[in-house]
This record gives sequence, structure tokens and C-alpha cells, in this order.
Amino acid sequence: MNSEQPEERQDGRPVGRRVFLGTLGLGALGVLTAPVLQRGLEGFLGRVAGKDPTGLTGLLPNGGGFRYYSVAASVPHRTAADYRLTIDGLVDHPRSHTLAELRALPQTRLVRDVQCVTGWRVPGTPFQGVRLSHLLDAAGVRPSAKAVRFTCFDGTYTESLTLDQARRPDVLVALRMQDEDISHDHGGPVRLYVAPMYFYKSAKWLSGITVTDRVKPGYWEHLGYDVDAWVGRSNGRTDEPTS
Amino acid sequence: MSLRAEAPAPPSARVHRFTRAERWVHRATAALMGACVVTAAFLYIPQLAVMVGRRELVVRIHECAGLALPVPVLLGLASRAFRADLRFLNRFGPHDKVWLRAALRRDKRRAARPAGKFNAGQKIYAAWIAGATLVMLGTGLMMWFTRLTPLMWRTSATFVHDWLALTVGVVLAGHIGMALGDPEARRGLRTGTVTEEWARREHPLWRR
Repeated sequence: MNSEQPEERQDGRPVGRRVFLGTLGLGALGVLTAPVLQRGLEGFLGRVAGKDPTGLTGLLPNGGGFRYYSVAASVPHRTAADYRLTIDGLVDHPRSHTLAELRALPQTRLVRDVQCVTGWRVPGTPFQGVRLSHLLDAAGVRPSAKAVRFTCFDGTYTESLTLDQARRPDVLVALRMQDEDISHDHGGPVRLYVAPMYFYKSAKWLSGITVTDRVKPGYWEHLGYDVDAWVGRSNGRTDEPTS
Repeated sequence: MSLRAEAPAPPSARVHRFTRAERWVHRATAALMGACVVTAAFLYIPQLAVMVGRRELVVRIHECAGLALPVPVLLGLASRAFRADLRFLNRFGPHDKVWLRAALRRDKRRAARPAGKFNAGQKIYAAWIAGATLVMLGTGLMMWFTRLTPLMWRTSATFVHDWLALTVGVVLAGHIGMALGDPEARRGLRTGTVTEEWARREHPLWRR
């Protein structure tokens, strides 16, 4: 090269193209090998997160912990003073419960994994509350009833279960999560907990239970998710069942 | 004034570096990338997600910005200057090897860092971010239109999308950090011209 008149060559080796195509190839390879990589990383991060005082590992993908999902712009806060859970529809005794009344009912504590349909899983999470079947029996479900619809005080979210699903012993109207009163961000003071299904079924900020004659798809189900959301047997996923 | 051609330009003279089309490609890409990063943060970081909610709207903005991200570059292909720059970015000469070796040794001496219009680091960054953007677009589409691919793939796509997002975030921070440290480089992308002195120092092999 002439140092007096340096000229930039345009005929060098096409390294840029190779880096570009190599990145694309690695991306495709990543998608193909993701199941193996993910299992390894989850195990590794799970061990690291236990010893991580900063909590930064919680921000890594699959780093463990819950993620906050809300479909509403803002969610009002409800306390013991103004929270009500109404039960109506095809029942003999429509009524509404205060938080104190719910706390006075027999409590059930379950410890299961939580599985989100987007992939994250939180192992061994305790939930405690009143069995939904208990509330339904107390209200007197009519023979024509087939399903239960849930509404939430965020004003937007809805969910639903068949009556058989709703009567399972691992479906709770949950008051406590991780052995604490459920915080607002986690859907408190009262949320639904459907242990055997993907976590979008466990509606946060539960305020209404309506017994109906057929299943009405809920919020995410209108957007393409399965209504019968069994963990490992729906939404095209093969996760380990949670309950 | 025929002597002018032989006399070296004064160090303060402005040298043309980027055309209007090239500057707009960079600006539009940066804006769309910024929209992707900000919306991603609001979807992903719990503390931010708690502040905003409205998951559906944020997802929609993220999807639209991501889909549009390659468009400025594709439109830029209509510009001759932009195509010439892509060739510069693609081709590596012997001096690029020298530059990379010096970078690995953290050798910051001018003589150790020969560069044409773009240095070797910029070339690798450009090629990598282009590839990474398309991987993000592909995995993003797989998560978006779940019926197009076997549903099992969505988990894999989510995995790649999440980890690559983190990597892109780190690399992008490096890119922006380096730009913040070099006002003249930023002026080049803002106004299209740089000083003769800067060009000679940072890009001694750049043919003009």
C-alpha cells in the first residue's frame, strides 16, 4: 500500500457478510437447541439465585421468580374495608363476602409449582385460601349450571372454568401466597388459584364469581389461548404437570 | 487556485462523511431500536411493568417497531452512497486485522489502529447487529403468530429472543457509550461532515 496516498480497498475478504450470516446461523441453532440449553440454564441459575443477595439473577431470562403481567392501565387498590367478592348467576343464594368472612372460612394450603404459558416456572409456591367448591356449595349451584365465570376489579380481566374444573380440590380462592397476604401486585387481596392449569387461569384481583350455563372464554382465551389450560397438555406446551 | 489541489486542507476544514440518506437510515433505525428497547424493558422488568400495565398496548408498540426495524436499511439500499458504505463495512483488508489485534491488546496508539472509512470494530458491530436484528425479528414473529410454526417452537423462540435481547442491550449500550465519547463522530452523523483532523486521526486510510 502506498503510504503517500492511502486508498481504501473494497476487494478485501467479505468478513462482514460472514459475521452477519454466522449470527443468523447461531440464532437458528439456538432455536433448535433451546430445550436442552434452557434446562441446563434453569438448573444453573436456580442454584446461583439461591446464593445471590443482590437479586440481579431474577432479572435474567429464566432466572426464576414471578413476572408482573397486567392487562389494565391501572388497578384500584382494595383493602379489608372495601373488598367484596360477589357470587351470583345460577345459584340459590347469591351473596357477597368481605375479606374477614373469607378468612373465617376453612383454609386450604397447597404447595405446587407455578407455570406460566410464556415459559417461566416458579417451583414450590405455597397458596392458601378457601376452596372454590366450598363457596359454590354454600351458594347452592342450580342443576342447569355448567360453568363458572370470574371477573376482576381491574375492570378488564375475565376467566372461566367448567363446573367440574371449578370443583376440583386444588382450585382455591386464594388469600395468601408464599405464606403472606397476597400483595396488590400479585393480585391481592384475593386472587383465583387454579393449581393444575397455566397461571393465566389464576385470575388476579378476583371480585366476582358468576355461575353460568356454558363456558365463556376469558380475556386471554379471546386472544388465542386455550380455555382448558392444563399444564403440559394445552397451548402446545409439554411442561411437567403442576398438580 | 490550481495549487489548492496539492496543498493539504487545513485541519479545521470539514470533510463530507455521510449523505442525507445515510443519516436518515441511521436516525430511523436508532428510533425504532430505541422503541423496541424501551417497550421491552416495560414488558420485562417487573418494577417497570408494575408502573405501566396495559400489556396489550405495549406489546403492540413493540411488535410494530420490531417489524419496521429493517425498513430504513432496505429503503437505504436505493442510495448509492449507502450501498458503497455497506461494501466498506463488508470488506476486511489486512489493516482491519491489525486494528482488531491492537484492540484485543488494548493498544490505543494511533499507529496501531489503522482504519478506512469504518474501523474493524464498527464493521463487526454492523454485521452482528444486522444479523441479531433479523434473529430477533424471526423469533419475535414465531412468538407473535403462534399458529405459523409448530407450537412447541414458541418456547424455543422465547428463549432465544430473551437471551439475545439481553446481549443486544449490552452491545447497544457499548455502541452508544462509544458515540458519547466521540462528539466529532456524532457530529458526522448529525451534520454529515467531520473535521479533516478527526478524519485523518480516526480513519487514516479512508479514501475521499
